[in-house]
Amino acid sequence: MPIDKRVNSTAEALEGVNDGATVFITGFGGAGFPNKLIRALRERGPKDLTLVVNSATHRYSLTHELIANDQVRKVICTAARGHDKEPSPFETRWMENRIELEMVPQGSFTERIRAGGAGIPAFYTPVGFGTELTRGKEVRRFGDRDFVLEHAITGDLALVRADTADRSGNLTFRYAQMNFGPVMATAAKLSVAEVREVSDELLPHERVQLPGVYVDRVVAVS
Amino acid sequence: MSALNRLQITWRAAQDITDGQVVNLGIGLPVHCSDYLRPDVDVTLQSENGIIGVGPLAAKDKADADLVDAGSRRVTLRPGASVVDSSWSFAMIRGGHIDVTILGAFEVAANGDLANWDMRVPNRGPLVGGAMDLAACAKEVRVIMEHVTRKGAPRLLETCALPLTAVRCVKRVYTDLAVVDVGTQGFVVREFVDGISRDDLQQKTGAKLTFAPDCKLLVAPPIALPD
Repeated sequence: MPIDKRVNSTAEALEGVNDGATVFITGFGGAGFPNKLIRALRERGPKDLTLVVNSATHRYSLTHELIANDQVRKVICTAARGHDKEPSPFETRWMENRIELEMVPQGSFTERIRAGGAGIPAFYTPVGFGTELTRGKEVRRFGDRDFVLEHAITGDLALVRADTADRSGNLTFRYAQMNFGPVMATAAKLSVAEVREVSDELLPHERVQLPGVYVDRVVAVS
Repeated sequence: MSALNRLQITWRAAQDITDGQVVNLGIGLPVHCSDYLRPDVDVTLQSENGIIGVGPLAAKDKADADLVDAGSRRVTLRPGASVVDSSWSFAMIRGGHIDVTILGAFEVAANGDLANWDMRVPNRGPLVGGAMDLAACAKEVRVIMEHVTRKGAPRLLETCALPLTAVRCVKRVYTDLAVVDVGTQGFVVREFVDGISRDDLQQKTGAKLTFAPDCKLLVAPPIALPD
């Protein structure tokens, strides 16, 4: 039977997602936010989530809705600052100790996810050495430089925004929409892509930016 | 005293970028360096969200929400550009493929320590982004900042008071008053503006300054700040 990863709705795309899940969400700099899937996750309503997302709050992302809806226990991110005068839903909860924060330098953030999808449990990086973000982490000297041990991140669900998909789950991205999509899809047990269009034809190999092997479900959103 | 304004500081920093370099310009003031490159200089601007070859800002009617730089600015691609994912982009940074990064800062210490990521804003969450990666791994880290804080306190210090971004990384600092290198013996003034004495400059600095033997006048063409 031909492989077919298409589903008909964002609700169907999230079937099986439960409380306590670790959820990757793509998007950076205004591009590549899977906002339809984020909305569907809010409607599905699992609690006690750990979000792995670049920004806890971004003007163009709906991630904050999950936080405002008290579905989130912890955020692993590189930016946790709101944009408005008033504190964001994340900042309010963080100040009241109602949500956990793990702040990670962006290159270590993406490499930890890459490692998670690539079978590497941990790696040494020079980034963050001597700063409070790596306090307590193992340090090892290679040559004349100090490196910090960073552990891989894996998760239960990846919400990925892409441009086009085919029924095999192959994806293409537009410009900076790609950002964390390729690594997040590799590190989750269930990877779901929302795309502008699912092509009827299988994509030509030279256009595929993420092999469908890493993508479990695709849903077209208008 | 002919102190530089913020855009004149970026102009001065841009003059040190040389032909063929791969350059990452930090969010905020540093991105404006690309407006003031010397005309004979052709560089590749890398943005950490994966744009390898950032072009000028997009015209309003051509702006594309998917074509943004790391500062969320809607940009264009220059001919020959490519786009990669974040993991590859940061591997490029960490792997030492960025010749120069120019970053904003709150404080720089005489040993090159940099503090630029967390001002400890009350009631606000922290934000680190790619600052630590760039500061720790670019081949050369240069900083643009005002010489003193709004309250007049020095930003060039013996030891940083704010949380560090990376240790012993800054090579050169451009301020409104001076161009200062970070050498093995601490701060070395290469240029400073007209109308200020060496003693005055030292007073505005929280660590000992040495003046280079060929110390020059720091001058920039007039550049108006936007309203």
